[in-house]
Amino acid sequence: SRPRSSLRVLSDAQHSGLTLPTVSHYRLFPKALGRLVAALGVRELHLALTQGFWRTRYWGQPPLQAPAGAELWVWFQPTVTDVDKAWKELSNILSGIFCASLNFIDSTNTVIPTASFKPLGLANGTDHHLLRYAVLPREVVCTENLTPWKKLLPCGSKAGLAVLLKAERLFHSSYHSQAVHIRPICRDASCLAVSWELRQTLTVVFDFFSSGQGKKDWSLFKMFSRTLTDTCPLASQSKVYVDISPKNKEKELLEVSPAPTSVHEAIVQGDKKTYAVYDLLSPSLFNTSRSLNVQLKWKRPQDTEMPIPTLHAQRYVGGYGLQTGEICTLIYNTHPYRAFPVILLETVPWYLRLYVHTLTIITKGKENKPSYIHYQPAQDRRRPHLLEMLIQLPANSVTKITIQFERALLKWTEYPPDPNHGFYVGSSVLSALVPSVTAMKDMDVEQSPLFASLFPSSDGSSYFVRLYTEPLLVNLPTPDFSMPYNVICLTCTVVAVCYGSFYNLLTRTFHVEEPSRGGLAKRLANVIRKLRGVPPL
Amino acid sequence: MPCPLVTQGSPGFHGIFGRQDRAEQFFRSGHTNNWAVLVCTSRFWFNYRHVANTLSVYRSVKRLGIPDSHIVLMLADDMACNPRNPKPATVFSHKNMELNVYGDDVEVDYRSYEVTVENFLRVLTGRIPPSTPRSKRLLSDDRSNILIYMTGHGGNGFLKFQDSEEITNVELADAFEQMWQKRRYNELLFIIDTCQGASMYERFYSPNIMALASSQVGEDSLSHQPDLGIGVHLMDRYTFYVLEFLEEIHPASQTNMNDLFQVCPKSLCVSTPGHRTDLFQRAPQNVLITDFFGSVRKVEITTETLSLDRDVAGFESKFPEEELATEPLKYAEQLPVAQIIHQKPKQKDWHPPGGFILGLWALIIMVFFKTYGIKHMKHVF
Repeated sequence: SRPRSSLRVLSDAQHSGLTLPTVSHYRLFPKALGRLVAALGVRELHLALTQGFWRTRYWGQPPLQAPAGAELWVWFQPTVTDVDKAWKELSNILSGIFCASLNFIDSTNTVIPTASFKPLGLANGTDHHLLRYAVLPREVVCTENLTPWKKLLPCGSKAGLAVLLKAERLFHSSYHSQAVHIRPICRDASCLAVSWELRQTLTVVFDFFSSGQGKKDWSLFKMFSRTLTDTCPLASQSKVYVDISPKNKEKELLEVSPAPTSVHEAIVQGDKKTYAVYDLLSPSLFNTSRSLNVQLKWKRPQDTEMPIPTLHAQRYVGGYGLQTGEICTLIYNTHPYRAFPVILLETVPWYLRLYVHTLTIITKGKENKPSYIHYQPAQDRRRPHLLEMLIQLPANSVTKITIQFERALLKWTEYPPDPNHGFYVGSSVLSALVPSVTAMKDMDVEQSPLFASLFPSSDGSSYFVRLYTEPLLVNLPTPDFSMPYNVICLTCTVVAVCYGSFYNLLTRTFHVEEPSRGGLAKRLANVIRKLRGVPPL
Repeated sequence: MPCPLVTQGSPGFHGIFGRQDRAEQFFRSGHTNNWAVLVCTSRFWFNYRHVANTLSVYRSVKRLGIPDSHIVLMLADDMACNPRNPKPATVFSHKNMELNVYGDDVEVDYRSYEVTVENFLRVLTGRIPPSTPRSKRLLSDDRSNILIYMTGHGGNGFLKFQDSEEITNVELADAFEQMWQKRRYNELLFIIDTCQGASMYERFYSPNIMALASSQVGEDSLSHQPDLGIGVHLMDRYTFYVLEFLEEIHPASQTNMNDLFQVCPKSLCVSTPGHRTDLFQRAPQNVLITDFFGSVRKVEITTETLSLDRDVAGFESKFPEEELATEPLKYAEQLPVAQIIHQKPKQKDWHPPGGFILGLWALIIMVFFKTYGIKHMKHVF
């Protein structure tokens, strides 16, 4: 295992036999999602809620990455006539199921990619007008999103592997990503019948150094504050895989206890990996004690160097001030001799006005012209920018893509309640077929563990990977929101004083007033003098 | 005169007990279901206590039986998974971190930017867009007892939502009147924990509303105690003592509203809690706490029997036969480079020029011909 620990929990419900498009068995497949898929004509649905960012340089290649916030992309059936309406309904219904603000998905953050996000399930024709993609980078993930995710599992969080998933431990982590993937797949090897697959994934990175644990030894109890006691009765397969791949051909570097039921070698992400497998359904595992606490101890201190992944990227905002800026993306290809193409998909909100004529792509000092560009400019308050490019990355190179933008001034009612926090730009997506270190043969495909089989691979010499860059936080010129109040006060005061004075001057009549008699004594004296008929004092 | 000995069945027997029963019935609430709308209107980390207030009431209401489907919980900011929270996924109500009111099974219906005055009023009056999911709707009817709890920063006659808008007491009173006219509640209990909270219920004019506030007009509601580990005040005083009071209530308890009015006297709360019962038909001592905080489950025993079809296996055959494909289906290629490069861009539909462009050209042509005269037209044609 590596210095970080990641848990991939998959619930694969391949038995439900839900035939496209009608009638349905909800023994394993949750009814909420089944009815949704049938009613709205969904062919594929992928929803991911993520908190944190995957640090590729420290943690290696991610098993399945998702962008920070909420990401939803859906392929609809060709029978759907109004895709936008179905998309809107779908995001509203999902926001109710997952307690997330997915109802904020509308035309201002939805795009139709033309080259990325090809269907991951069975498909015969990929008209990209049936695809919709949206990302909400501001979305927060917390227990209220985990609870409905757990309720979709056949045994909930009562039995099986899911008993480990307690919110207090899962959210005390550097990265937390939960996803739901629905797609049609082959029912068996002959691939003549179609089944629906619901795949729920949860990727968590626990950081023991920061939480004060110090050593890199871990155990299930340390991570989750509980151990495994039994399996879900509805599960046909329930396994725990521990990655014990030797680095640099050194064996005996670590020790796993208790003894695994088997040791399995597989090619995952183009590399040969060794896994210690604990099959929870085998009776020998729970023989001695009712609880299973997998532990890993390092025999020798190990350096923290992770192998640098073949493809990784980063993105940042350049420039200064609140008028203009620049989005810079750096893509690294660290393979020593193979070049491969990558599709970059960028979605930029309309209030950052991109200048496409300033788009430059530079590799090794020279300009790199993309083989395919699709740019759809934004329409204010209606549509975001969409930029898709197919770029060839030469071996062992860094590609820098820059594009300049100008910040727009929004109407004062369009600012969120905390505008000084800034505005998010969603992560850009990189899709690539990365050459494998070890070629995967056909028979390996069937034996590959469940967590490695989301992306179908056409040939074993390369594997498909989808990476996301950091989301950006940009400040827009923010007005002073107390100004309306100030202006109203000032204007009313000025109007009252000026107009009021003029009005008084024009409409008042003036008459001479007797000077007032001062003092009580004087007034009494004057009264007596008036009675006497003598002029007053 | 001694009481005549009556046997069951004689009219005298039913006469005495029937009347007493009916009189007692009159003072029992006639509701059949319970709803709760719990709103926290403050954003930002230092308003942690408002979220803790709302979650404490949520916790009590759930514990006493109201299910998540009947609770509309609106939290304007996320405290539990806030990066500044040293204990993620928890919201504590007491400084020794005894009670995590966030829990493991929380359902927040309106989050973050969704908590606005408009959404709140729409939830109350039922005028929501058709695509709103069920969990975000207040589907109450004329036999529902609704508990509405609001907390945040307020002033004389208004309550601030998320630092950018306010709801006034007049708007709130009108919303309740709309609810009454649409028969959306049987009885309503309104609790507010803000500064000058009593101003918010001054303007109510619809029947069957009982209101409680944490402070009078001109007074501030104070917070209870800070926690040095978390760094903020954890709860407001009024709701802290209300939570303590509610922790002792169980679904069958007979405690009534008069006890709730005595919670948090001035010695503990520093502000003077107020209440308003003139619009309520029943007397407060006859109103049980569980009428609003708990849930009524009406069970009707029926003597009808239903016989189920023994032949369940036959059910399977009712599914239509699946058509098997003739040749194996394939997965789509993830990165079909050749196909992408040769993708022809879709021909854009031609739209006739819009009004602005037409008007501009008409203006240019008119100016040209006015300047140079119409005789130049023959050179054009």
